[in-house]
Amino acid sequence: MASLKDIKNKIVGVKKTAQITKAMNMVASARLRGAQTKMEAFRAYSSKFDEAMSNLSGGANISAFPLMEVRNVATVEIVVVTSDRGLCGSFNANINKLAEKKMKAYEAEGKKVSFVCVGKKSSQYFKKTGKVRKAYTDIMASFQMFHAREIAQDVADNFVKGKADKVEVLYGHFKSVAVQQPAVQEMLPVQPVADVSGASKKAISGDYIYEPSTEEIMDVMQPLYLNVILYHAMLEVGASEHAARMTAMENATSACRDIVNNLTLVYNKARQAAVTGELMDIVGGAEALKG
Amino acid sequence: MAQQIRLEVVTPNGAVVSEDVDIVNAPGYGGDFGVLANHAPFLSTIRIGLLSYEQGKKRENLMISGGFCEVSNNKITFLVESAEIGQQIDVDRAMKAKERAEQRLAKAAQHDDLINRTRAEAALQRALARMKVSKMS
Repeated sequence: MASLKDIKNKIVGVKKTAQITKAMNMVASARLRGAQTKMEAFRAYSSKFDEAMSNLSGGANISAFPLMEVRNVATVEIVVVTSDRGLCGSFNANINKLAEKKMKAYEAEGKKVSFVCVGKKSSQYFKKTGKVRKAYTDIMASFQMFHAREIAQDVADNFVKGKADKVEVLYGHFKSVAVQQPAVQEMLPVQPVADVSGASKKAISGDYIYEPSTEEIMDVMQPLYLNVILYHAMLEVGASEHAARMTAMENATSACRDIVNNLTLVYNKARQAAVTGELMDIVGGAEALKG
Repeated sequence: MAQQIRLEVVTPNGAVVSEDVDIVNAPGYGGDFGVLANHAPFLSTIRIGLLSYEQGKKRENLMISGGFCEVSNNKITFLVESAEIGQQIDVDRAMKAKERAEQRLAKAAQHDDLINRTRAEAALQRALARMKVSKMS
């Protein structure tokens, strides 16, 4: 059995850990609020964007755009978006596992797979496979639209050059503070956006004056659309990461509390045993003197 | 009171302007254009430049870049990557960005690097537009 001092030290240590995890929990919850407002601000932009895209796809000749070209799929590129930092439970592991599963499924079909990793955790995970085409790390902490633009541009160039025939984005979907799920979205070829609000919209779209032509507008809009998809994925991951960390840290804190309780019990028992032992010694000594 | 049109300027970081205004002037793909109330449905891409609107006697200037604008149902919506109100523009930063962009441009011209050149040109244009808009307001 460990000595009293050992147990005492351990209690102090665990209490300190609990302090750290508690602080991390609070930091994560503050950051989560920031990430959520960012997400909400972006929602207005992306919903408008979808609306305009659906207006446009009605009028335009779709097959003419290089970014919309549907080819026989020989190479699939998977853009894996994770966080840069760990200590957020199984959040990143879930995304990476799904990506790996996808990779195996595609390879079983005889397709080649390459990765673009956004966030340190995915690039570390897939480094050993040797299939990482490009990795963007250390941007998840304070990413901006132009980060998304840079990545989107690179992915689009690669697609147009024919080095990838299909691009998917894998990210952690922020369902709620308690639930985050890995999710897949197809990015390239660009899908014509389904009409959001039905027939009435179509009627208007025919009357639009376009400047320049619909085709040229599409040329400008499509790269922007890719930015929107990627930025959205990054925002979701940003929020999910903090939510996941909050939960993980809360669990850690309560686990610490349990350990401290147990250890205190052990400590008190040991202390009592020691006192009893000493008393026995004293009583035994006194008895011996008497006799 | 003349009829007004609803102006909304939306960026990825949230809405910048949401007001009823008399007239909107914007840098369109084929040149600057003005939009009054009850304009026909219209969709155009936007160059980097000055967006101004008037509301009675008040006139506001904004610097906008990269995106498009849509007019429908007496509402004009700008979806742009960045939008900054004239008075809030950081001129020093724009000045530095201009110098940086010029250097990059010179370097790219030497190496005949098309991608970097277009990027640097865009950055230069943004910086110039910021300075111009801030001077006007």
